[in-house]
Amino acid sequence: MKNNWWKIVSVVFVLYTIIAGFLLKVPALAMVHESIRNLYFHVPMWFTMIAILFVSLWHSIKYLYKFDIKSDIVASQAASVGTLFGILGIATGSIWTRYTWGESSGLWWVNDVKLNGAAITLLIYFAYFILRGSIDEEQKRARISAVYNIFAYVMLIVFLLILPRMTDSLHPGNGGNPGFSKYDLDKYMRMVFYPAIIGWILIAIWILTLRVRTEKLKRKTLFDD
Amino acid sequence: MLFTQIKYLIAKEIKLELRNKYALGGILLYVVSTVFVSYLSFKNIISPTVWNALFWIILLFASINAIAKSFITDTKGKMLYLYTLVSPQAVILSKILYNSLLLTVLSALCLLVYSIFIGNLIQDYPLFLLTLLLGSFGFSSLLTMVSAIAAKTSNNFTLMAILSFPIMMPLLMVLIKLSKNAIDGLQKWDVSYLVVLLFLNVIIVSLSYLLFRYLWRE
Repeated sequence: MKNNWWKIVSVVFVLYTIIAGFLLKVPALAMVHESIRNLYFHVPMWFTMIAILFVSLWHSIKYLYKFDIKSDIVASQAASVGTLFGILGIATGSIWTRYTWGESSGLWWVNDVKLNGAAITLLIYFAYFILRGSIDEEQKRARISAVYNIFAYVMLIVFLLILPRMTDSLHPGNGGNPGFSKYDLDKYMRMVFYPAIIGWILIAIWILTLRVRTEKLKRKTLFDD
Repeated sequence: MLFTQIKYLIAKEIKLELRNKYALGGILLYVVSTVFVSYLSFKNIISPTVWNALFWIILLFASINAIAKSFITDTKGKMLYLYTLVSPQAVILSKILYNSLLLTVLSALCLLVYSIFIGNLIQDYPLFLLTLLLGSFGFSSLLTMVSAIAAKTSNNFTLMAILSFPIMMPLLMVLIKLSKNAIDGLQKWDVSYLVVLLFLNVIIVSLSYLLFRYLWRE
């Protein structure tokens, strides 16, 4: 129980954001209207994805230092959890797009630098899994995929953090659009938004620990046979 | 020490390339025939955006084809022999430099054939050529590293494409933006994009320098 308090925190926080996110008052704004509540679900997905992919990067670097196969297991499982949150981020964003920017045209996808960044993130990590799948030897797979993971993450950070600041974006906070935090993320929204980020990151870490444990068990039975 | 090693390795690459000229000829012919196929499909391109995009897509595919073989043709025995003689940093840096030389020739040929058949819309030549040069270097350093990764797997040609496309996007988008500026002939150069392009090149080369040693040993 002593070591598991954060799992309870994660469940409580996420439950709280679901309930409070749908019931608490939100500012009435043109175009987004009530869909602004999606902020509590869409934005934490990206925070979580970046955090979990950073865990993956960290363990890839650790693998290249110590050549311990456990780090490789964590790195690969973190990449798959990160991909899951990336897909969820795209799904929630796509629904939001449909009812705000693309309302008249009924589009699920618009040409925007951040959406392209999201798509490229997913392409990079799908390629990472295919790379892993095409190498049979365990140590070699771990080494080569760690190199690709580090290389890809750096290029990804360039794409996600530097380029959007140089071009226009439909998202708040870019290309002259004011950020949510400036005028409309009021104190009621903050009360839901911050717990949502913490809650989802903790849930992702929980999923990661479970996946790492099952992967270790799988390999153990493989060696015993 | 490192520089003499790099010098000898580049000389080796050039000698090998000139020894079987058909490989080099194949890549150059690839560019020419791709441009000709595009010419037959598009006839004449008036829109600068389409002209620019098609040019970079042709160059992108030609570069992938040119560099994909750079590690695949190296046999295990040859790598083992190199391992006893030189440092891994010398190997990756010499391959990057040699490949950027190859890509510079390739992109110059591509520009020439492309302007003959499809037309030439460039207004600011210095900026376009600078972009082409920096782009060749960036493509070469990124693709050399990816080809080193792909060479370690069983289905390396598919992997070469799927591994390199997504991580090339930042580079490609900056290049397309800069060359669009060159086509439009803007009064003032947008220096911020040039800085980002240089910065990307520096990142890619230093990552290759740091990470190649882990790819090298079996």
